[in-house]
Amino acid sequence: MKRWLNPRSALGITLITAALVALPFVVAMGGQAWVRIVNFAILYIFLALGLNIVVGFAGLLDLGYIAFYAVGAYTWALLASPHFGLHWPIWAILPIGAGLACVAGVLLGSPTLKLRGDYLAIVTLGFGEIVRIFMNNLNAPVNITNGPQGITLIDPVAFGAFKFSGNSQIFGFTISGPQKYYFLLVALAVIVVIINLRLQNSRIGRAWQAIREDEIAAKAVGINTRNIKLLAFAMGASFGGVAGGIFAAMQGFVSPESFSLIESVMILAMVVLGGMGHIPGVILGAVLLTFLPEVLRYGVGPLQMAVFGKMLVDPESLRMLVFGLALVLVMRFKPAGLWPSPERKRELTGGA
Amino acid sequence: MQAKLSVVALSVAAALAMAGCGQKEEPKPAAAPAAPAPVAKPEVVVKLGHVAPMTGPQAHLGKDNENGAVLAIEELNAKGLEIGGAKVKFELLAEDDQADPKQGAIVAQKLVDAKVNGVIGHLNSGTTIPASKLYFDAGIPQISGSATNPKYTQQGFKTAFRVMANDVQQGQILGEFAAKQGVKTVAIVDDRTAYGQGLADEFRKAAEAAGIKVVANEYTTDKATDFKAILTKIKSTKPDLVFFGGMDAQGGPMAKQMKELGVKAKFLGGDGVCTPEFMKLGGPAADGNFCSLPGQPLEKLAKGPEFRDKFTKKFGAEIQLYAPYVYDAVMVMADSMKRANSVDPTVYLAEVGKTNYDGVTATIAFDEFGDLKGGAISIYQFKEGKLEFVETLGGAAAEPAAAPVAPAEKK
Amino acid sequence: MDIFLQQIINGLVQGSIYALVALGYTMVYGIMGLINFAHGEVVMIGTLVTITVAGSLIKVGMPVALAGLAGLTASVLVCMALGWGLERIAYRPLRNAPRLTPLITAIGMSIILQNVAMIVWGRNYLTFPHLLPKIDFEIAGANFTAIQLLIVLVSGMTMAGLAFLVYRTKLGMAMRATAQNPQVAGLMGVNSNRVISAAFVIGSALAALAGVMVGTYYEIAHYQMGFMLGLKAFTAAVLGGIGNLAGAMAGGILLGIIEALGAGYIGDLTGGFLGSHYQDIFAFVVLIVVLMFRPSGLFGEKTGDRA
Repeated sequence: MKRWLNPRSALGITLITAALVALPFVVAMGGQAWVRIVNFAILYIFLALGLNIVVGFAGLLDLGYIAFYAVGAYTWALLASPHFGLHWPIWAILPIGAGLACVAGVLLGSPTLKLRGDYLAIVTLGFGEIVRIFMNNLNAPVNITNGPQGITLIDPVAFGAFKFSGNSQIFGFTISGPQKYYFLLVALAVIVVIINLRLQNSRIGRAWQAIREDEIAAKAVGINTRNIKLLAFAMGASFGGVAGGIFAAMQGFVSPESFSLIESVMILAMVVLGGMGHIPGVILGAVLLTFLPEVLRYGVGPLQMAVFGKMLVDPESLRMLVFGLALVLVMRFKPAGLWPSPERKRELTGGA
Repeated sequence: MQAKLSVVALSVAAALAMAGCGQKEEPKPAAAPAAPAPVAKPEVVVKLGHVAPMTGPQAHLGKDNENGAVLAIEELNAKGLEIGGAKVKFELLAEDDQADPKQGAIVAQKLVDAKVNGVIGHLNSGTTIPASKLYFDAGIPQISGSATNPKYTQQGFKTAFRVMANDVQQGQILGEFAAKQGVKTVAIVDDRTAYGQGLADEFRKAAEAAGIKVVANEYTTDKATDFKAILTKIKSTKPDLVFFGGMDAQGGPMAKQMKELGVKAKFLGGDGVCTPEFMKLGGPAADGNFCSLPGQPLEKLAKGPEFRDKFTKKFGAEIQLYAPYVYDAVMVMADSMKRANSVDPTVYLAEVGKTNYDGVTATIAFDEFGDLKGGAISIYQFKEGKLEFVETLGGAAAEPAAAPVAPAEKK
Repeated sequence: MDIFLQQIINGLVQGSIYALVALGYTMVYGIMGLINFAHGEVVMIGTLVTITVAGSLIKVGMPVALAGLAGLTASVLVCMALGWGLERIAYRPLRNAPRLTPLITAIGMSIILQNVAMIVWGRNYLTFPHLLPKIDFEIAGANFTAIQLLIVLVSGMTMAGLAFLVYRTKLGMAMRATAQNPQVAGLMGVNSNRVISAAFVIGSALAALAGVMVGTYYEIAHYQMGFMLGLKAFTAAVLGGIGNLAGAMAGGILLGIIEALGAGYIGDLTGGFLGSHYQDIFAFVVLIVVLMFRPSGLFGEKTGDRA
């Protein structure tokens, strides 16, 4: 705790806080749409940090992470929409969503504990698809998820009468819906970052690290690898569940197509690209991969028009092309990610 | 000089007169800049948002929609409409939602930020539904020319309209058509997308209501290429007809594999398979099968051929699919503004619901949900590599009196 | 009964296609423990190249059989070059990187190949030229075609050929040595770089073959066709025990038959609750169950430590 009190880090924290508070208002000058984009960036930070626990800390390759996000999103959608006529409050739904996602995490984790590496990858991938396919089909014989039609008119986040959709007045300021969500998301993200930081240096964190480096040795020194691995799955999944709930509330609409395999891949790419197991790196990865497509969208099309006078290549395909190239190049030249943790960097550069 | 003054006087008088015709005394921000203007005619810019995927797999349809809107807006501007005493200049704000729901909401927010007077679109139901909430919250009327999912208008949003028959209407009519063809047993396949499943469900209801027996319910995905397993099962139930709710990329190969497996049933599908692509992929197996398209063929409509000429002349491209509907959507919006004598969304919104407009695609009037009243559906048959018109079912094109009395148009 | 037989035939053909693709996965994995996620994309490129070459040759009046052969040759050559390039550019520099790194690279390559294919061949579905005459057979009320027969034969023969290569030739011995321990193999005079390149090139040639088979069978192609196929084939390879040639073959055919029978019968058995909408799930459920009891697949040997 001492470090927190020294003047330099205190100044740093103050500056970061000020920047975080000012951000949505600065961005809003370019339109509320940009606030929404920032919100998605934070949501992805949230997800990437959740996955980081599983992949980065415990070294378990999970290609079906989006399933937990889907569980959280559908929990919110079912408990706070006219679909079942339920309108539960946030403090009830978010824990339920996190809980269900956690159960899903354990369900996925327990049969796969014995598997390693690539086997685990394909099983988690299959699990993600199974969850999506069930959500897509559970509209008959009993209509639970409303199938491919999705669920509409989902309630926004609300604390009592204070709703997060639409404008409202606080201390004489007008604050828009997306801006309110921004603050909620930042608050949640800060909590996740703190949990991640605390975990990293805890007994559990070190146990994960031990498993990641050498499972047999970890077992030999008395770590209950089974429970510790399950814990990683469960914790990662709960974060996914919370993020899903907020996503459903923010969008007001969920349908299974939002939870496809490519989303899982995208989140994994954020974690690996940024720097597995290193929190600032993961945040960087999430921010980069959310903004890169936006920048390309507004940059590539007009640039082609200016240089060639017509669209040579559809910006969408160019965008994906650049995305693929970025993955390959970063892995080629910075195999540990753009911003790896110092120890990991040392491991990689210091011989085998 | 005198001439100019008199013009000003006239237009002010006209403004007053027209304001009198409006139901309420509105502050009318649109007319406000007219007051200090020394110019002859004040001009008001009306911003219409248009959203469709301009990139990604449906970019060609998105471009087609946008062309429809561009054509409508150019014509409106050439006509020199006057609303609320001011000359109105329409401006199109085209946005790309990539057919992605997340992007749809972001783009919708952009249009709301830009304070558009109305929105045309989106193209896909999947993006239209989440976006409609934002437009509703902002009180901006939205007319889609192509989102056919029934949910879009059933959310209770007063701002949501569409100028095309929805999947419920289409599914019902396909069911009736099957019964008319003397079909006794049917197997239903859908691709588990919002469109395919919605259409298949409505077809199932209508078919059962018409006394047709559903002997098999099978499913595939919108990425599949192999349908032999489900078709084999269907074969064992010996249906007269196989109905497919899905797109041409699956429908074509499915028709082909039916033939290979010796399934004798005819194939029927909705607008998703009513394309040249279906024939290309189905090969000779496509022949003799049926499909449907909302609305009537352009050739059968009074203004259809004329629209086609205008369109191809202007863009040097054939109409893909929805351009005429989007064109009508813009026209309906402009017409509502004219009748309300205001471009203010809060004012003219009430008039959109009362529309009774003779458009290219149909006589457009909305029911209480904002759906097209009595949308017509046309059935086509594939014959020797061509789509042949069979008949038009449903639709109230011939009975425009159904609409509540709309305020008389002022010329 | 005829329906059951028909479903078995459907599954066998579909399964042979999975097997043919799975062989390529397993080949690469067996030697260097790398999931080449871009393998499905190589299959796709193989199909599309054949369409272009054979299609345009037929258009200028070349006999269909000859054009087909030319298309096949061209696609095999293109894919071999592609496989060699992939290994050289994307994977070789990462040989000692953390094990997630090449996986991300593979995903990146897969995205790149898809989008390049889309820019070259467009977004629309393409029709594959008719290369083989349609000959129908009927046995006990079940229909099948000459193409289906050919697919089953080709994948069986390919597996046999590969097995011969791996267990009876010098290159095969080098491959097995590299798979066991690249360093020691190197000390024994095996040029492991060359061996790994060879594995990639052979795997890609198989992918091209699979691509031509898929194209001839379904007669359509699309720039995204490789992804799902690759995923299924990978599942098949893992099911059989990745790294094992016979396992890949068995896994593929098993997967195809499970899917066909699942779609055909599960719906009736569960009163319509689990119908063909869960077709894609059956494969994954079987996979998870198999892996729970045999963590390295049905025929897998002890490969787990490589991960």
